[in-house]
Amino acid sequence: MSYCAILDYGAGNIRSVEKAVKRLGHSTVLTDRIQDVRGASHVILPGVGAFGDAMERLNKSGLTREIREICKKGVPFLGICLGLQLLYPSSEESTGAEGIGILEGDIVRIPGDKLKVPHIGWNSLALSGDGRLFKGVPDHSFVYFVHSYYLRAKDRSTVKAATSYGVEIDASVESGNVFACQFHPEKSSEAGLTILNNFLQI
Amino acid sequence: MLTRRIIPCLDVKDGRVVKGINFLDLKDAGDPAECGEAYDREGADELVFLDITASSDRRATVVSLVRQVAEKVFIPFTVGGGIRTVDDFAAVLREGADKISINTAALEDPELISRSADRFGSQCVVVAIDAKKTSDGHFTAYKKGGREDTGLDAVEWAVRAEALGAGEILLTSMDRDGTKSGFDLELTALVADNVRIPVIASGGAGRKEDFADAFSLGHADAALAASLFHYHELSIQEVKEYLRDRDIPVRL
Repeated sequence: MSYCAILDYGAGNIRSVEKAVKRLGHSTVLTDRIQDVRGASHVILPGVGAFGDAMERLNKSGLTREIREICKKGVPFLGICLGLQLLYPSSEESTGAEGIGILEGDIVRIPGDKLKVPHIGWNSLALSGDGRLFKGVPDHSFVYFVHSYYLRAKDRSTVKAATSYGVEIDASVESGNVFACQFHPEKSSEAGLTILNNFLQI
Repeated sequence: MLTRRIIPCLDVKDGRVVKGINFLDLKDAGDPAECGEAYDREGADELVFLDITASSDRRATVVSLVRQVAEKVFIPFTVGGGIRTVDDFAAVLREGADKISINTAALEDPELISRSADRFGSQCVVVAIDAKKTSDGHFTAYKKGGREDTGLDAVEWAVRAEALGAGEILLTSMDRDGTKSGFDLELTALVADNVRIPVIASGGAGRKEDFADAFSLGHADAALAASLFHYHELSIQEVKEYLRDRDIPVRL
């Protein structure tokens, strides 16, 4: 039985992540306190909002340093949506803001010349086949996206799922026990709950 | 490939789904969360809950509705009705809603769109427009549940809402609503061609063909229906299979 800490730094609808984790039968705490994070078997960094703003809040509560620590220790960690982007050094969204920076890559704006930005809705995943989050998830499954910026991971072997929206978007990465999804598993019906459950089983 | 969305809409009064719903396997067909769950199983891409409770403390009603729904529904959902301030947005989003639809509140205080978009992001601000054709052939936006004509051109209002930070337009044709004679394709295309944000076509769905038309001729990104799905006159699955066979991308 896992005990999952969901980092609450004032961003958007984190309740839905909490409810999905509970639904899967795991206990969870919404928290911004470092001691709660230290006792957790799994940690989720959700996120809706702007990169710079979120980093400011994470820095203020001391969570930035704590996230770097627990990821180094190998505690299973999942970043969702903005929570994926925050794991990288910087983003075009907030120039000058320093990210958590435990993974390498660029967060850039989706080109809006032909397609609507943000990229909102259900899009299909092309799976690499060896992602631990995607066990039991059929290739081309649909998941729910809401974002204007996207990841171009430097280490291509970390990319476990991609989607296409005018450009090729790295939809999910895995590096050791650090996982991240650009889409919202908590809003992606059955496929999403399977992905979350896979994470909580690690 | 990004899919076109099919969205059932549920009217909720005093915490109960009204208009009746024909899911045979439900213990409580009036329970919004159970209905939402059933729609999720049926393949709905999103849900819209419209709170039509007339009470002095609508925010509390809406917050408790969202809390219940978020326990069971793991697809995106929008809530509308009684949300008038940025604090209302915060309360409702925090409980698990993904988007909030505002109509009269936006018409009376357009800056509410930018204030909420600045704080929570455009993706959660849906501006609902109830539009009706005038005798000289253009469309005006109505407020207060369609009771009051603002005289404002519906297309201009949509363009302005986008500029203020709206993330989506939920466009209802008052002329077609409840008629089952098809979406108003003229209105839908007019709005969809003039904004760069997604447009949800609403009002008038009666047949599978109407959904295909909303996408191919109305240029909508999503289509919404209420009674059609509640009374199982058409299933979401049927509609989606029909669309897929016509090369319209859907999640199946």
